[in-house]
Amino acid sequence: MSTATKNPSAAGPASGRKAPAGERVADWADGRLGIYGLAKANMRKIFPDHWSFMLGEVALYSFIIIILTGVYLTLFFQPSMGEIVYHGPYEPMQGIRMSEAYASTLKISFEVRGGLLVRQIHHWAALIFLAAMFVHMMRVFFTGAFRKPREINWLFGFLLFVLGMFTGFTGYSLPDDLLSGTGVRFTQGAILSVPIVGTYISMFLFGGEFPGHDFVARFYSIHILLLPGIMLGLLVAHLILVFYHKHTQFAGPGRTNKNVVGMPLLPVYMAKAGGFFFLVFGIIAAISAIATINPIWAIGPYRVDQVSTGAQPDWYMGFAEGLVRVMPGWEINLWGHTLALGVFIPLVGFGVVLTAIAVYPFIESWVTGDKREHHILDRPRNAPTRTGFGVAWITAYFIGLVGGGNDLWATHFHLSINSITWFVRIFFFVGPVIAFIVTKRICLGLQRRDREKVLHGRETGIIKRLPHGEFVEIHEPLSPEQLHTLTAHEQYQPLDLGPAVDENGVKRKISPVQKLRAKLSKGYFADGNQIPKATPEEYKEISEGHGHH
Amino acid sequence: MKKLSARRRHPLAAVVVLLLALAATGGLYAAFAPAGKAQADETAQSLAIEEGKKLYAVGCASCHGTGGQGTTDGPSLVGVGSAAVDFQVGTGRMPAQQPGAQVPKKKVIYSQAEIDQLAAYVASLGAGPITPTDKQVDPAGADVANGGELFRTNCAQCHNFTGKGGALTEGKYAPDLEGVSPKHIYEAMQTGPQSMPSFPDTTMPEQEKKDIIAYIETVNGDETESPGGLALGGLGPVSEGLFAWVFGLGALVAVAVWVAAHTAKAKKS
Amino acid sequence: MSSQQIPEDNLPVVQETAHGAVERHDDPFADPGLPAHKPRIQDLDERAAKRSERAVALMFTLSMLATVGFIASYVIFPVDKIVYIWPFGHVSALNFSLGLTLGAALFFIGAGAVHWARTLMSDVEVADDRHPIEATPEVKAQVLADFRAGAEESAIGRRKLIRNTMFGALALVPLSGVVLLRDLGPLPEKKLRTTLWAEGKQLINMNTMKPLRPEHITVGSLAFAMPEGLDPESHDFQTQMGKAALMIVRIEPDDIKDKRQRDWAHEGIVAFSKICTHVGCPISLYEQQTHHVLCPCHQSTFDLSDGARVIFGPAGHPLPQLRIGVNSEGNLEALGDFDEPVGAAFWERG
Repeated sequence: MSTATKNPSAAGPASGRKAPAGERVADWADGRLGIYGLAKANMRKIFPDHWSFMLGEVALYSFIIIILTGVYLTLFFQPSMGEIVYHGPYEPMQGIRMSEAYASTLKISFEVRGGLLVRQIHHWAALIFLAAMFVHMMRVFFTGAFRKPREINWLFGFLLFVLGMFTGFTGYSLPDDLLSGTGVRFTQGAILSVPIVGTYISMFLFGGEFPGHDFVARFYSIHILLLPGIMLGLLVAHLILVFYHKHTQFAGPGRTNKNVVGMPLLPVYMAKAGGFFFLVFGIIAAISAIATINPIWAIGPYRVDQVSTGAQPDWYMGFAEGLVRVMPGWEINLWGHTLALGVFIPLVGFGVVLTAIAVYPFIESWVTGDKREHHILDRPRNAPTRTGFGVAWITAYFIGLVGGGNDLWATHFHLSINSITWFVRIFFFVGPVIAFIVTKRICLGLQRRDREKVLHGRETGIIKRLPHGEFVEIHEPLSPEQLHTLTAHEQYQPLDLGPAVDENGVKRKISPVQKLRAKLSKGYFADGNQIPKATPEEYKEISEGHGHH
Repeated sequence: MKKLSARRRHPLAAVVVLLLALAATGGLYAAFAPAGKAQADETAQSLAIEEGKKLYAVGCASCHGTGGQGTTDGPSLVGVGSAAVDFQVGTGRMPAQQPGAQVPKKKVIYSQAEIDQLAAYVASLGAGPITPTDKQVDPAGADVANGGELFRTNCAQCHNFTGKGGALTEGKYAPDLEGVSPKHIYEAMQTGPQSMPSFPDTTMPEQEKKDIIAYIETVNGDETESPGGLALGGLGPVSEGLFAWVFGLGALVAVAVWVAAHTAKAKKS
Repeated sequence: MSSQQIPEDNLPVVQETAHGAVERHDDPFADPGLPAHKPRIQDLDERAAKRSERAVALMFTLSMLATVGFIASYVIFPVDKIVYIWPFGHVSALNFSLGLTLGAALFFIGAGAVHWARTLMSDVEVADDRHPIEATPEVKAQVLADFRAGAEESAIGRRKLIRNTMFGALALVPLSGVVLLRDLGPLPEKKLRTTLWAEGKQLINMNTMKPLRPEHITVGSLAFAMPEGLDPESHDFQTQMGKAALMIVRIEPDDIKDKRQRDWAHEGIVAFSKICTHVGCPISLYEQQTHHVLCPCHQSTFDLSDGARVIFGPAGHPLPQLRIGVNSEGNLEALGDFDEPVGAAFWERG
């Protein structure tokens, strides 16, 4: 290559003065890694500012915190189900038989200085990690940030969420306490309900009958190696794609589909994002100082014949728990085989609920037929049907969560557990429909208001009395920036299948799939399902004929 | 000490001293007398039954029947024993106020002396578990760890790991055990009030009951240690999840808003 | 797909292509372009900038102090020291101080950096151009040509024998990995169908570890039992208890609605499996007045006075009952194993 001669730094400074040490190190690295090329593209990369764009960062940073604290915990944790008798400092466990896993968790909590803090940071960060992924995913959903070219990144993110759930679940099971053991017992029962292969999977997973002596060690390697390894890979891919696609932005003056407006990575974003890592870590550490999480010493070691009320999984498995709790006890016995639908249907429902949100981007792009890139975000109101679907999905999810905590709702709100179960049974189906309709109405209302604002200006709240006695409110016209922002969104026309017969009078063949697509398209974009935005012509007509308010 | 001497001149001081003296005498009497004074005891007992009967007629008979035989509104009290009365009336559950899935704990309206009389009367209707003595329910020296093990086997399924309570069917519930006196816990185990099954001495000996009481006092009392910080009700993952969402994510979003917000611009002069 | 027949004119006509304010002059909604940068106080007033600088430095200093506090707490507080702090309760002094100092040390680094970025670093918004992600037609043509050339040179298309055997080999080789998983556990066989219970095994009280006698069990009481000979310290105690755990109650024989249940009881003493038939939680929330028993995990409710029939919740079949009697010593004993598998339903259960 001939770059060496062209590169002044490689050729040596013209002045003969030695370059600063930092530059020389960079030169050395560049000769081997090509870092200048990378830095040229990324050092001043632009990131738009919006608080909701930082939800993903919360997830990223809590993941890093989990890894850091998790490594520390592995130094003390014994992933073994070998039984010992406790003789540590915690009085209410003296002389109790327990697994080494549970005993070492007690040791981390009571004997390792700072061990309790690290354990609590690890667990709180895990709950926040999943919550942050959830809200990040919802932000991406409601702003339409999943559209081309970001569909694959949506799937990466979705996989991270699902893997996060299972990593969390395996971690929750490791201390081998009575609560997590009950959760593992449930998992085993659910596996047994799988037709044909259920008993085999159960025997292989647990190394024999439940609980056996293997699952803590096996879950341990899944929890600390297999799943986080996959997640780390997906996470890197997710971030590379964020860099590669450049971040989306909301519509606004100077912000187009062909640019990205914001602050450069160096220095502003580096300081903000880097600083935000410390803020997240600091807040989680403070929470871990003041609030207990999973006090396994109060829960007791796992015994297969013991149980406590209030046996719940961590929140991210709660909606699945809810589905299991409210399912009627259907069981089919035929030809010497049992199909435990009461367990198997919720198990499938768990997958269906998650898949529904995962495949949505592909359904929407099929309905719109839009093959263009989208870098300008939608305001949720400007996509009423999508927003309606999203809220419906969240409603189903949260009603599932309510079902998962039905016993605590019952005791704390003095309700009957049976009534709550029936409520969830009905509203898991009805709730999303109501949520969809209400959300869509609200979106359309907001669209109408935007249209009013564009055409008639902002309501100032100032009342003026006209000479003939009439009172009117003064409307202040919007600035060009506001006018542009409120009219920047695109509106699709509903798909038209064309005439039923072609020009020769022959009936055109239209597949049922296309008919469905046209129908859905109407549901999205037909009159009444979106409010047409103000046109320049309407605006001019009103502003020129400016007589009334 | 200063405070005490100042209060000596209080108009009620004489009454307090008298009461203390009476209590002390009563205590001494109880400690030394019973063996030799069976006769006096019997008289006192029948007197208590008489008094209890009067109280019963006023407060209980409308539901439980004039002779404790029970009516459609209340179960028979024949054979429930004095322990059941001491628990039900002593925790304010009885007399019941209104029908519902479960009779809740309320303000106690009878004095302990009246409760004892009621108990004596009900016990006279038929033999049943006897109100335990202070010594029987004293958890001092009990094996807390064994109590924990027994609690998780026999009690936690309804009352939660540390006795925070839990839901039963159709609006019934197992109550929180915080602040329940050792005697009442003991009586509940012995008699099985309302939905709760009983754990008679034959299947759960007295010492085991003491161990359980000691465990409850350790993990669900005023002085219970919660090394990690706020116990969040001791309810497990549901309250933890709620806390993570509201305070954890809430704080982080608030910070994110600050990080992303535009800095205030200088005002145009 | 027949999308060719469908006109794609539902898409908006113009996609925003302009970069800045180059729309039609008469469009009132045209993009006015990036607003002019407005300075902050710190940009104009050096004193304000100095104040910000001091604030940032203060935060970094606070962080340093907090780290010193962290180390001090680590050294000062014993690990078992409990202090009362309102409103948190009786908390570990070490956990509380370490967490708060660590939190402060981290938080102030972040707060300092963000304050620095917000008040002192340039806040001029910059626009960066995007480039289409799709390759140009020329690049695409070049790549396709290269690919064809490569495929051609390998002759994979022509030499089908090589191609097919290669696919076969690649498809088979992962099987080795699957085969290796075989020893993860034994085959189910009849393991889930049997428990330790057998004819003549006495019912051992879980509390006292002594045999239960009929007179021990009063109406309205609840007891738990395991089979005689099972040692809580033995290696497979958990596995055996997972199937053998029993829940014992006494019901007035006349109140038992199910005839078989009455026959399998001893004077109204009934022994049911403690393992829920839904997913296997130890079920024992026994309401002695109604004889309903509730599972704390998923609220399956069984009626113990009616053959443990499911009356609510997700369980699919009744709790199995163990047939019991009394032996010559007057202790309760099993009259055999359960006649059906205990716990969760499974495919081979039948």
